Amino acid sequence: MAAYALRRLIQFIPTIFGVILILFLLLNVLPGNAALMAGGAQDVNVDATYIELMKKEWGLDQPLHTRFLDYMGRLLVGDLGKSFLRREPVADLLASRIWPTLKLAVAAMGIAVCLGVPLGFYSALRQGSWADTGSMVGAVSGVSLPQFWLGLLLMYLFAVKFPVLPPQGYGDGSLSHILLPGFTLGVGYMALLARTTRAAVVEILTTDYIRTARAKGLPGIVINRKHVLRNALILVLTTAGLQFGGLMGHTVIVEKLFSWPGVGSLLVDSIFQRDIPVTQGCVLFLILVFLLVNLAVDLLYAVIDPRIEYR
Amino acid sequence: MTPGLRKLLQRTNLLVGGAISLAVVLTALLAPWIAPYHPIDDANLLYADEPPSARFWFGTDSQGRDILSRIIYGAQISLAVGLISQGLNSLIGILLGLTAGFFGRWWDDLVMGLTNIMLAIPSIIFALAVMALLGPGLVNVFVALGLTNWAYSCRITRSQVLSAKSLDYVKAARALGYGRWRIMITQILPNIMGPVLVVATLGVAGAILIEAALSFLGLGVQPPAPSWGGMLSFAREKIFTAPWISIFPGLAIFVTVLGLNLLGDGLRDLLDPHTSQQRR
Repeated sequence: MAAYALRRLIQFIPTIFGVILILFLLLNVLPGNAALMAGGAQDVNVDATYIELMKKEWGLDQPLHTRFLDYMGRLLVGDLGKSFLRREPVADLLASRIWPTLKLAVAAMGIAVCLGVPLGFYSALRQGSWADTGSMVGAVSGVSLPQFWLGLLLMYLFAVKFPVLPPQGYGDGSLSHILLPGFTLGVGYMALLARTTRAAVVEILTTDYIRTARAKGLPGIVINRKHVLRNALILVLTTAGLQFGGLMGHTVIVEKLFSWPGVGSLLVDSIFQRDIPVTQGCVLFLILVFLLVNLAVDLLYAVIDPRIEYR
Repeated sequence: MTPGLRKLLQRTNLLVGGAISLAVVLTALLAPWIAPYHPIDDANLLYADEPPSARFWFGTDSQGRDILSRIIYGAQISLAVGLISQGLNSLIGILLGLTAGFFGRWWDDLVMGLTNIMLAIPSIIFALAVMALLGPGLVNVFVALGLTNWAYSCRITRSQVLSAKSLDYVKAARALGYGRWRIMITQILPNIMGPVLVVATLGVAGAILIEAALSFLGLGVQPPAPSWGGMLSFAREKIFTAPWISIFPGLAIFVTVLGLNLLGDGLRDLLDPHTSQQRR
């Protein structure tokens, strides 16, 4: 088990390194522009000597590989650089935003798992019934829904038409504030989990070991819980992990829609302000959470699925 | 249930999805003839924020433009973004996947390494990063989305090539002395187009959704162009006074993406009967 965990951890390193490299190249291929941004100037009519000065101050006159090594070195000690605009460490700007984002993601995930998995399970057990057809139509629709539109509709319904929930904002961070954004973010994910659960359960129900369990007279509820659900969970967990990235991506839109003070809002603002170090920091954070969740999922396999070999 | 009816029901996805997609394509092509007003020029502040009526079926926006007309023209933007960017994704993905699967060795390792890194970056976040570099605009949206989702096409192409490589028709082509590129392009590619097409169809849907999201954030297609997502970005402030501005553009995105997703699912069921039995 420990060796398996270690192996997964070691595999994790090249991926995160690759992600950092690609993002660095992407956001830093135009050093001239970066200097303009660092200087706080958006237009081209800036004095050339001023640009040179800025390039020097921010180390943008160095060759790309030197800058990358420098960047990596500072990343290792948790230094994400300084904001062009506010001249504060990016890490400080991020720190205050992390908690709201994580709270939102966990709320969405909780809603999705608590509704999606039972829905898919029920559909699979009642294959071909109207309930099954209905919930699967709902699942395809959920995947196709633009989140921000759903959010607008929910906002209209629960904050304008029947004003029971606050339309936007973090407020005191209480449950009533998180319900609308959490549900908006969770719906697409819920639909995916329902579809996956249904497909997994339908497949498991046709296997020999379920037939054997039935033949030896196990009560249905025991079969469903011990054999079907447990095996289905492995597949559902894989999907949940792989699709978690989509959830992290969508936090950007949902946060912006509901004026939620998280990393996603900071990311969008930083793009508008052309504040590249902040953009880089936010993007890196969102991807890192996604990768860590996947790592956790891989390690969880070992707990849920006794067949996994810890090679 | 008669077998014919059952077969038809199994193809519901394909039929409904195909019908919706066709309707969207026709709307985009015929926009100048079916739209009652011009989407940008016919702005009249006297009719600002009018609710749906016989004159303006879907109401008007804050500048007095007919929302129905803007939605009809918006189909052109969404389809163009979906098709062009997915075309770019497919091109990159097929080229990399085909060569990686066929040549193998270090090239395969390199391509798969890159693919796995791309899959580790959520599409919206990558698209946002590219837009941060390029700045907003329609052409930049094509580029950003065209570079975002190729990893899915690449992965499916590669896995198909790997299984096709040992099949008799490829061996026969080798025995006939065909060159490697000729085998790849004239022999393998036509035989693996099915799954690649399914991924591409779902990719068009995904690209349309991301474009809408980018434009909603104000980083995609810029006003006054009638992008569905862009129309929604002004809807939030108006939600108390003019909620219809929020409803119809979103409905257009939803129906279009739903249609393409159903079409993709239907194609998969049609092309791969094995999984369709499990999926019913």
